[in-house]
Amino acid sequence: MNFLDYTLEELHEKLVNKELTAVELMESVYENIEKTDEKVGAFLTLSKDEALAAAKEADENGIDPDNVLSGLPVGIKDNISTKGVRTTAASKMLEDFVPVYDATVVQKLKQAGMISVGKLNMDEFAMGGSTENSALKITRNPWDLSKVPGGSSGGSAAAVAAGQVPVSLGSDTGGSIRQPASFTGLVGMKPTYGRVSRYGLIAFGSSLDQIGPFTRTVKDNALVLNAISGTDDRDGTSYRGETPDFTEGIDKGVKGLRIGVPKEYFNEDAKETAIVESVRKALDLYEEMGAEIVEVSLPHSKYGIPAYYIIASSEASSNLQRFDGIRYGYRSEDIGSLEDIYVKSRSEGFGLEVKRRIMLGTFSLSSGFYDAHFKKAAQARTLIRQDFEKAFEDVDVLVAPTTTSTAFEIGGKIEDPLAMYMADVLTVPVNLAGVPSLSIPCGFSEDLPIGMQIIGKHFDEQTIYRAAYAYEKATDHLDKKPSFKGGE
Amino acid sequence: MAINEETVKQVAKLAKLEIEEESIHAFTKEIDQIVDMVEQLEELDTEGVEGTYHGLPQKNVWREDKVQKGTDREELFKNVKTRKDGYIEVPAMFDNGGSEA
Repeated sequence: MNFLDYTLEELHEKLVNKELTAVELMESVYENIEKTDEKVGAFLTLSKDEALAAAKEADENGIDPDNVLSGLPVGIKDNISTKGVRTTAASKMLEDFVPVYDATVVQKLKQAGMISVGKLNMDEFAMGGSTENSALKITRNPWDLSKVPGGSSGGSAAAVAAGQVPVSLGSDTGGSIRQPASFTGLVGMKPTYGRVSRYGLIAFGSSLDQIGPFTRTVKDNALVLNAISGTDDRDGTSYRGETPDFTEGIDKGVKGLRIGVPKEYFNEDAKETAIVESVRKALDLYEEMGAEIVEVSLPHSKYGIPAYYIIASSEASSNLQRFDGIRYGYRSEDIGSLEDIYVKSRSEGFGLEVKRRIMLGTFSLSSGFYDAHFKKAAQARTLIRQDFEKAFEDVDVLVAPTTTSTAFEIGGKIEDPLAMYMADVLTVPVNLAGVPSLSIPCGFSEDLPIGMQIIGKHFDEQTIYRAAYAYEKATDHLDKKPSFKGGE
Repeated sequence: MAINEETVKQVAKLAKLEIEEESIHAFTKEIDQIVDMVEQLEELDTEGVEGTYHGLPQKNVWREDKVQKGTDREELFKNVKTRKDGYIEVPAMFDNGGSEA
């Protein structure tokens, strides 16, 4: 089964009509992964036996005709806990870690009948934008195997883009769902902070992290967000309000919708002119379809990167203190004292980028620098959030490019951490503000996909999906399939 | 401000990390560049601006005061490397228990 040719609803119909059993579907999933993953390298762990057993059970119990996800396969980013299945965060630190509980999102997908196929590669502890920081393997972009799939959820993106699974989950702290979705021609949602429970997500920047789905189509994405959203007693930051049906009104069109164009996000002098051109073309199309296009300003956008790197790294330095070599995770062999366990296990277990972030965060929180760094960044965050709130007084959604370049060469930026950080300029403000944002394909540049993000008001994912759906229906970007060219 | 090797060593100590002597020079340079970049914030006027420290302004989330079953103790030991008498075992903290040195 190649999932590039079917939507979730079409697959569901095949299962309900018994054109296909869940077991047949699952067997073909693994056949396809065996065929393609040698090139792509999306998966770190496969749970074939468990998945086939679950598929058999789904067939025996009968596919629930009212539940569109029932019996369908999903891939999970390897920083999301899966009971009994190794969860590494792509770190040497957790290389042999087997969680004793499921993350809430995993539980929810299981309740919806989805079957986890395996765990997907990522930048170590979700720190990076190319998946090259994985301590375990390299993942390649199915559109061009010499390019990165983006990151940190690069495995999640590559697996769906390669047709290995119809859906995967990723996590987005500063763009880690939207940027890889953009690099691989997918739909990727960073929901409103609090929309999806973080229980069981290995914490990076706790006030920024959100889990969200990768899919090929907009409606598929809304269907999966339906399944994973909701209040969770085990996450005190999860939203206590109602969860709507995100597919409701998805086909209402954009007539009368007010679309804001944040001028700071359109770098007309950029090297890759195709990105800004594609998004401008999309805006013209929206106007033709009856939307109103309004230029807006998010004046503090340029402070997004410094504020983000201070806040995310400070929270990471605190969150990653738990990796001490005592209760779980990597423990150095070379130990004489308790202090050695801490220092040597952490120094040997964490990769270089993780160490950089811990160092920056520890520095920013240390006495003497707290006011100039952490406090200042928190204040900048307020100004950035207020920029969005002000813009949304006048418009329903914002539309902008997701990234400043298309997928870059493997090895192209990894030696220059600062360049890698600066590349997040269009995605991090959204996390700082806590608003939702969806990246959808909006064209190609030299056969590589371009992504456009639709940013919405807090807890208004519905309007985002509506705008994205209208665009998807009016264009044919989905017809183009990855070539698996390039590589060695 | 410029970060020097001494600062890096001091911060590494706080973070319980060891930076290898041969890479400390390059590492210091990287951290210095990153700190330089984040210090762009200095030019931003934040006089009187409240900080935002949370993703969602939500306070005092309560749950019902009801006894719930916890995770089985044996389960929780599954990822522990060394154990003894129902506890996690670690090396002696005080120079081999004081019998030598």
